Amino acid sequence: MAAVVSAAPLRRHRPIGRRLVHGLLIGVALGFLLLFLLLPLAAVFVEALRKGLGTYVAAIVHPEALAAIELTLLVAVIAVPLNTVFGVAAAWAMTHFDFRGKALLGALIDLPFSVSPVVSGLIYVLLFGAQGWFGPWLQAHDIKLIFAVPGLVLATIFVTLPFVARELIPLMQAQGSDEEEAARVLGASGWQIFFRVTLPNIRWALLYGVLLCNARAMGEFGAVSVVSGHIRGLTNTLPLHVEILYNDYNYAGAFAVASLLALLALVTLCLKTFLEWRYGSELAARAPRGH
Amino acid sequence: MTIAITHLSRRFAEFRALDDVSLSIAPGEFVALLGPSGSGKTTLLRILAGLDFPDSGELTQDGRDLLRVSARDRGVGLVFQHYALFRHMTVFENVAFGLRVRPRARRPSKAEIADRVDRLIKRVQLDGLAQRYPAQLSGGQRQRVALARALAIEPGLLLLDEPFGALDAQVRISLRRWLRHLHEELHLTTVFVTHDQEEALELADRVVVMNRGRIEQVGTPEEIYQQPATPFVFEFIGKSNKLPVRIQNGRLVAGDQRLDADGLDGAADAGAIAYVRPEHLALTPTPLESGWRATVRHIYLAGSIAHVELDVPSLGQSLEAELGGEEAQRRALQPGAAVTVQPRHLTVFPIDGKTGEPDPERRRVAHPRYGQAALARWR
Ligand SMILES: Nc1ncnc2c1ncn2[C@@H]1O[C@H](COP(=O)(O)OP(=O)(O)OP(=O)(O)O)[C@@H](O)[C@H]1O
Ligand SMILES: [Mg+2]
Repeated sequence: MAAVVSAAPLRRHRPIGRRLVHGLLIGVALGFLLLFLLLPLAAVFVEALRKGLGTYVAAIVHPEALAAIELTLLVAVIAVPLNTVFGVAAAWAMTHFDFRGKALLGALIDLPFSVSPVVSGLIYVLLFGAQGWFGPWLQAHDIKLIFAVPGLVLATIFVTLPFVARELIPLMQAQGSDEEEAARVLGASGWQIFFRVTLPNIRWALLYGVLLCNARAMGEFGAVSVVSGHIRGLTNTLPLHVEILYNDYNYAGAFAVASLLALLALVTLCLKTFLEWRYGSELAARAPRGH
Repeated sequence: MTIAITHLSRRFAEFRALDDVSLSIAPGEFVALLGPSGSGKTTLLRILAGLDFPDSGELTQDGRDLLRVSARDRGVGLVFQHYALFRHMTVFENVAFGLRVRPRARRPSKAEIADRVDRLIKRVQLDGLAQRYPAQLSGGQRQRVALARALAIEPGLLLLDEPFGALDAQVRISLRRWLRHLHEELHLTTVFVTHDQEEALELADRVVVMNRGRIEQVGTPEEIYQQPATPFVFEFIGKSNKLPVRIQNGRLVAGDQRLDADGLDGAADAGAIAYVRPEHLALTPTPLESGWRATVRHIYLAGSIAHVELDVPSLGQSLEAELGGEEAQRRALQPGAAVTVQPRHLTVFPIDGKTGEPDPERRRVAHPRYGQAALARWR
């Protein structure tokens, strides 16, 4: 962002050759976006509506589709709040305390970003599956994790773990703990400090993180695909349902359901852009990290 | 409400931020903590506020152990080095915070809070700005909001960490007078951190000079200025000339001068460091038998004071002297003029044989005698 600001006054003096390069780069970037992002997005909606609105609506109100929507929402409703709490707690600990293993915690928070989602899913199968480490024990107690909703929730939590924490840590680092200390000296309790001082200062960054976390939780395919078992109407989330329909050569249905996910992505993008535009300064701590 | 700090130490890893600090603060006192950057002032203030804890030592208030009382319950007003205002709250909400977070039993009613906050905002001269956010205020205004916020909880002890650090000289001077009035009006006990000596000397009842986590000297501003106890205080407060000298047979040997002096009775022969303030150097255009020969290198007038820079060949260094501007004119002091320099009194720190450092414990104040009989020319 800083580069854009400082470049503005220079524009007048920029030589033609540089201008050409400038234009070329912007052109390439825009062309790339068009080709790989907008075109497919448009294709999703075109394909979804190819056989008319009736087929579209029918595909969406199909019981299996409705079950998938319900399940996706359920998983998100459990995973997102849990990761929000975890993210706030982890960010608080990382920025306000000095403790052994702080660097390790930082690395662990990032782990889900660096592990392929399929592998994360496999880890859960390995741990909790029928042949897994805890499989026999779970079976003995009649607890079903894998190929059931709890497994989906676990895998989703794992995959979306970093979003909130990563959003908050740089901001809270930049803000320091002066205000919290001031509140403490003025007589505030821990909860009062959190709700009256900390939370208002991080609210937009928190919302931003929750938004990204939610988009990923609803759209996650790899990890949930491994732990789901693809039981129609029971353990299929929206992305999995799309795959099933597609494999059944039901293209119109697949694209109709996919359009819901595309819509979710668009809404997320709009909200995200709005947040960045309206509250950019309060999210600004992210800028130096080049996000 | 006497606050007693005894043998307080605070280490960060191996680094001693506070090293055996003892100090007692009387009720109603205005104490300034003065010291260079990194000397431990903020660390001491944070311990007083309960935001940090010492590794060893005690902190009591009227005999009660303060270290067992959490920051929340100490009832201390603290103004941070960078104000730390709540950025998402208006001025009004900032000031009201300390009252609003009280447990219900001790919380004043809404109307009462509003009334008290309004009065505080008036008191710090911010009328009309109550609905502004900190980002919409000037540095001086923010500073006063921070002060009002701290005062709202009616603290017995007010702690200020370089409250005027970020302000320009004009504002600083008016604010510091105002702060002193406030302190007297509200019968506060105030501890004020600064690295501006002028501020400390003007405002405080007592000045605590800190250096590298230790207290160098505690005293009234006058004592600190007139009788610095250590070489550090001499160099840190006011201007001074530093000379290598020797104590020999009760006389002071400096350059080509061997001065008979009062105040050196019984002092053992030793090398020493002597300090003399610029205003304690007497300059005479006529060559005298005792005193260093010097040439005026540079002279400039600042208000009514003339600052004179002197080359003193026999000392192998230059000295700085100060005298009244009129006097300088009367004596026709001009660059290149030859003068005789006589120190009226010097503070002497004999060098400790073991450490090789000047020893504050053996500090002497030497008053050279320039009577004819006592004159002695260095052979
Ligand atoms: N949390 C900490 N961890 C490590 N070292 C610290 C910490 N807090 C302070 N120090 C060190 O302790 C020393 C004293 O710091 P302190 O903040 O008390 O200095 P100060 O006198 O207030 O300086 P200034 O005038 O610059 O504010 C410094 O050298 C600082 O680096
Ligand atoms: Mg400080």
